[in-house]
Amino acid sequence: MTEQQNHIQLAEESLAKQSTTLNLGPTHPATHGVFQNIMEIDGEKVLSTVPTIGYIHRAFEKIAERRPYYQITPLTDRLNYCSAPINNMGWHMTIEKLLNIKTPKRVDYMRVIIMELARIADHLICNSVVAVDTGALTGFTYVFQWRELIYEIYEEVCGSRLTTNIGRVGGFERNFSKVAWEKIDKFMEGFPKVMREFEALLNRNRIFMERCIGAGPISAERALNYSMTGPNLRAAGVDYDVRVAQPYSSYEDFDFKIPVGTTGDVYDRYMVRNDEIWESYKIIQQALEKITKLEQEDPAQKDIFYAPEADHFHLPAKEDVYTKMEALIYHFKMIMGEIEVLPGEVYHAVEGANGELGYYLISDGGRTPYRLHFRRPCFIYYQAYPEIVSGGLLSDAIITLSSLNVIAGELDA
Amino acid sequence: MALTNEILKEKLTEKFGEALTNWEEPYGMLAVTAPAEMNLKVMQHLYDDDSTRFRFLTDLTAVHYPERKGEELCVVYHLHSLENNVRLRMKVYVPIEKPDVFTATQLFSGANWMERETYDNFGVNFVGHPNLTRILNVDEMDYFPMRKEYRMEDPTRIDKDDEMFGRGGTVA
Repeated sequence: MTEQQNHIQLAEESLAKQSTTLNLGPTHPATHGVFQNIMEIDGEKVLSTVPTIGYIHRAFEKIAERRPYYQITPLTDRLNYCSAPINNMGWHMTIEKLLNIKTPKRVDYMRVIIMELARIADHLICNSVVAVDTGALTGFTYVFQWRELIYEIYEEVCGSRLTTNIGRVGGFERNFSKVAWEKIDKFMEGFPKVMREFEALLNRNRIFMERCIGAGPISAERALNYSMTGPNLRAAGVDYDVRVAQPYSSYEDFDFKIPVGTTGDVYDRYMVRNDEIWESYKIIQQALEKITKLEQEDPAQKDIFYAPEADHFHLPAKEDVYTKMEALIYHFKMIMGEIEVLPGEVYHAVEGANGELGYYLISDGGRTPYRLHFRRPCFIYYQAYPEIVSGGLLSDAIITLSSLNVIAGELDA
Repeated sequence: MALTNEILKEKLTEKFGEALTNWEEPYGMLAVTAPAEMNLKVMQHLYDDDSTRFRFLTDLTAVHYPERKGEELCVVYHLHSLENNVRLRMKVYVPIEKPDVFTATQLFSGANWMERETYDNFGVNFVGHPNLTRILNVDEMDYFPMRKEYRMEDPTRIDKDDEMFGRGGTVA
């Protein structure tokens, strides 16, 4: 590969044509990430747009072929970094599916709590950013305090905030601390009031509605044809949710609704995300009740935070490593990545905050995957963007971009 | 009648006979291998048939098997019938010297970028694709990085040999 100099060459027709070429991005405050759109605009109307992606391509799939399984979890963090715990859990569940590990109920419910908190955090960012792009900064700064609390909960559970590397194959690295449970309770207590205020600010706000209704619509048929998933597909009126269609992590035990929209425009996407926040809140409530019930029936449940059959993937407690020979050997084996898994081929999907996040893993029995492919929802639905925005206004194109919730990390892998 | 893996297998065998091979069901998902020139026919049939209605392309990617002579590249389609809630994995093997596969963009608009990504990483030539150019890597790249012959590490290093990753290999 040789380095080439790219000189700017104006196309001949660029002087004669009536429309304007506008470079939106790669670094622009309105794109919320590193991606470029070369737009042809006529006045304020978007005629066509060509997205360029790959600015932060980090070759995760190639790197994953040379990493032991536990070292791939931090790679998944960096896909959709707004809801990293869902990516982490999805990856752990993929390995568990490959190894036929059944996680205990309490672990499932703890995972559900973390995943739904992540979904709330992700949707809060997306919705409040839509509000920012329509000119309302207040909601953004207000709900960010609660996103901060969610990050504090992650911090109590795993020690980090944005790129979490949370959980392990079979469960969690350690039990939730007392402070973590208290912070979850604090969130459950205070969040509804804030959320209702946020809704009161925007949901029936005349200016917001005028701005969003009819902007960037997509029909259900086109959305399906574009393989859209998640809130963007549901906003178009298709009730497909992996949590219901192929339940994982005991989602079948929970009672929740799938909110759907009708027109698939910015307002519908906003409302679907908004309603999903409430559904996630309900799920967390149920999960907390279920865990309390489990612990009341059998106090020994309090100490269960990973599946015992996954102990080949679970680092022994530090005090055992220092005092027991066997634990030290296991610790060393795991850290050196000398744990081999069975050959097999597995596809596992979780409902990420943006849609169906799939892991296609081929193992040949080695210590690393033979091939790992991430089905990244952003990458797949962003290709519909030119079709959605062409013919609309430039300002609609901006809010469409933020309401699609395109995350550069997930887009570029 | 609800569509299950068995019924789906029966229907496909009835329609395409011996052409479809390698029926498997790893972890509950039906998987099948189709001849390279038939990939579109099978997908179109699954799309149109009222009892299957596989109208959602979940994923499209490729795998490189250097030791399978004559069929080094494997293109993998994950199809989903949302109404029946059944998934299907379809594989197509092509030789690396002539990796031609028909494009699915006419059937699924979403296949456009997925095929571009697969081309970018593996060099699979999707015949009939409207704009088969690189998407994630730089345009000037002159190799296909996800193929197995391109190693992540400096090839002179012996401490990063395959053996370190549980795959035989040689240590000098």
